[in-house]
Amino acid sequence: MSLWEYANPVKFIRTTDKVLPWVWALTGICLVTGLVWGFFFTPDDFRQGSTVKIIYIHVPSALMAINAWLMMLVASLIWIVRRHHVSALAARAAAPVGAVMTLIALATGAFWGQPMWGTWWAWDPRLTSFLILFLFYLGYMALWEAIENDDTAADLTSILCLVGSVFAILSRYAVNFWNQGLHQGATLSLDKEENISDVFWFPLLFCIAGFVLLFVALVFLRTQTEIRARRTRALLAREGQA
Amino acid sequence: MKALLTRDLMLAIRAGGGFGLGLSFFLIVTVLVPFGVGPQTELLSRIAPGVLWIGALLACLLSLDRIFALDWEDGSLDLLATAPLPMEGIVSVKALAHWITTGLPLVLAAPVLGVLLSLPIPAYQWVVISLAVGTPALSVIGTFGAALTVGIKRGGLLMSLLVLPLYVPTLIFGAEVARRGAEGLTVQAPLLLLAGISFGVIALLPFASAAVLRINLR
Amino acid sequence: MVLSVRDLAVTRGGLAILEGVSFDLSPGEALVLRGPNGVGKTTLLRSVAGLQPPETGTVTGAEDQIAYAAHSDGLKAMLSVTENLKFWASVFGLSDIEPALVAFDLTDLRNRMAGTLSAGQKRRLGLARLMVTGRPIWILDEPTVSLDVTSVALFADAVRMHLKGGGSALMATHIDLGLTEARVLDLTPFKAAPRTRQMDEAFL
Repeated sequence: MSLWEYANPVKFIRTTDKVLPWVWALTGICLVTGLVWGFFFTPDDFRQGSTVKIIYIHVPSALMAINAWLMMLVASLIWIVRRHHVSALAARAAAPVGAVMTLIALATGAFWGQPMWGTWWAWDPRLTSFLILFLFYLGYMALWEAIENDDTAADLTSILCLVGSVFAILSRYAVNFWNQGLHQGATLSLDKEENISDVFWFPLLFCIAGFVLLFVALVFLRTQTEIRARRTRALLAREGQA
Repeated sequence: MKALLTRDLMLAIRAGGGFGLGLSFFLIVTVLVPFGVGPQTELLSRIAPGVLWIGALLACLLSLDRIFALDWEDGSLDLLATAPLPMEGIVSVKALAHWITTGLPLVLAAPVLGVLLSLPIPAYQWVVISLAVGTPALSVIGTFGAALTVGIKRGGLLMSLLVLPLYVPTLIFGAEVARRGAEGLTVQAPLLLLAGISFGVIALLPFASAAVLRINLR
Repeated sequence: MVLSVRDLAVTRGGLAILEGVSFDLSPGEALVLRGPNGVGKTTLLRSVAGLQPPETGTVTGAEDQIAYAAHSDGLKAMLSVTENLKFWASVFGLSDIEPALVAFDLTDLRNRMAGTLSAGQKRRLGLARLMVTGRPIWILDEPTVSLDVTSVALFADAVRMHLKGGGSALMATHIDLGLTEARVLDLTPFKAAPRTRQMDEAFL
């Protein structure tokens, strides 16, 4: 059986309906395990104290913020090449989830940064890149909303996603360059993976898995909604014509 | 193609607001900045390169929706699409016309406005060079944004939302060239990167703009 | 060059409106499309002009052969009559605009700004544009809107001259142009059965 069969909207809804409860259950298990383990059963960091525990939300959401855009990019490419409607709608469905993940990453970053660096916000390259990524999400969603014809909107947003990806990468490098230029040697290191110990690492893995599953579940659900909305519009149009 | 460029330039001159509007906006932004941050010369001269770049960027943005909107409303765009011009050529010419009417005057006006902001002497040449290299990229990227939103009524705000994030790399490298020039540092790296972006978008982005325009026309 | 349309189906706003439209248009021929409002004349013409991809079916012989005149004339108010025509002529690689000015009685208005013309005069200028394209197949969407009787006659003469010169014309119009040689194609029988586009069918 070919993977492309799931590109049929009806088939997609039927399959995801079967899968979704399991995904939700797994999401719940992973998130509860990861967060409870992380918050209550790991020692405080010798330097950062208990504030380090925000890592269990910050890192997974930041990962998903980027991966959501990657998923949208792949879905857009599939729409451009193979013209599967589900693909375009899945990209549309993923955008708000990705935007919220970006916001969570930025907000938790601010909460973490305040006690650690003494500031809610710094124009650190990573922070700045995430802010720019958030702007890209906003533009992408606004374009979807602005265009009435579904296929035109799908075409235009996919091209925007492609072009936007290139510019997002460019911005990432530009921001790195710019910040070095501003204050040399005074950059704030955000590298956690380097010096993290296993005690923190395992619950973090659970949280990451939980966020991935949460993303999958939300995108499935939202894609179903988009498909049904599209179906309603098609039915209404036919009704009006008859 | 030459005919299209000539016509667009002629329209920009006759209709007014083509050459003048962006320039006046640039002037006003530059004048407003000292009101906002205070008249201290040291402060102004430190932020002058960045202010000039942001002013130029906003002035560019202001005139973007005119690139296609007028031709769209009077049906010229449909007719151009059936003419023996490749769509990529049309969008490139449109971007060029936008640069000549908006970008070029900004480059030329920047030194004059630099005086108002007490721009340091060594910075003048770099502000002009960076704007000369960077504003074509602003026009080409803006043309893409204008092509995306051409079918949308009152799409101006949406276009700003789409275009401004795309302007980030150009702004960063352009302002960096100007700032380093002002501080007497070496500007080679950001200048090369800025030129890279300009040439890259001039070479590649018209394909995306043309695709988008074709989609919007159907 | 024969323009041939085979089994064309077109959609508007996500609904199929016409299907199974086929016709040929040889040099020297004129074809008038008729049908009530909303039957899909404009959409069909846009598909033939290549602006809108048809849902199914093929259009051959149209590429780089057609001159399209839509509802709006594509005139620039701030350019004079001559400048407007010169622009379109050079876009199509030509330069002589005099015959077009004469044919549509625009010689006295040649230096007026297009923005100061009346609706009918603008329309005449829009139609004169067709003559400076040098394209053999004219595609005309309601060409006679806002034209008076004299101007309609002028236009009919221009079309006749174009046909004699080996050109052809495909037009949608309600008015009888007095073009006796023109064939008429009523689009009503090609009205699509109520259905959504094939692309949307997957959602039902």
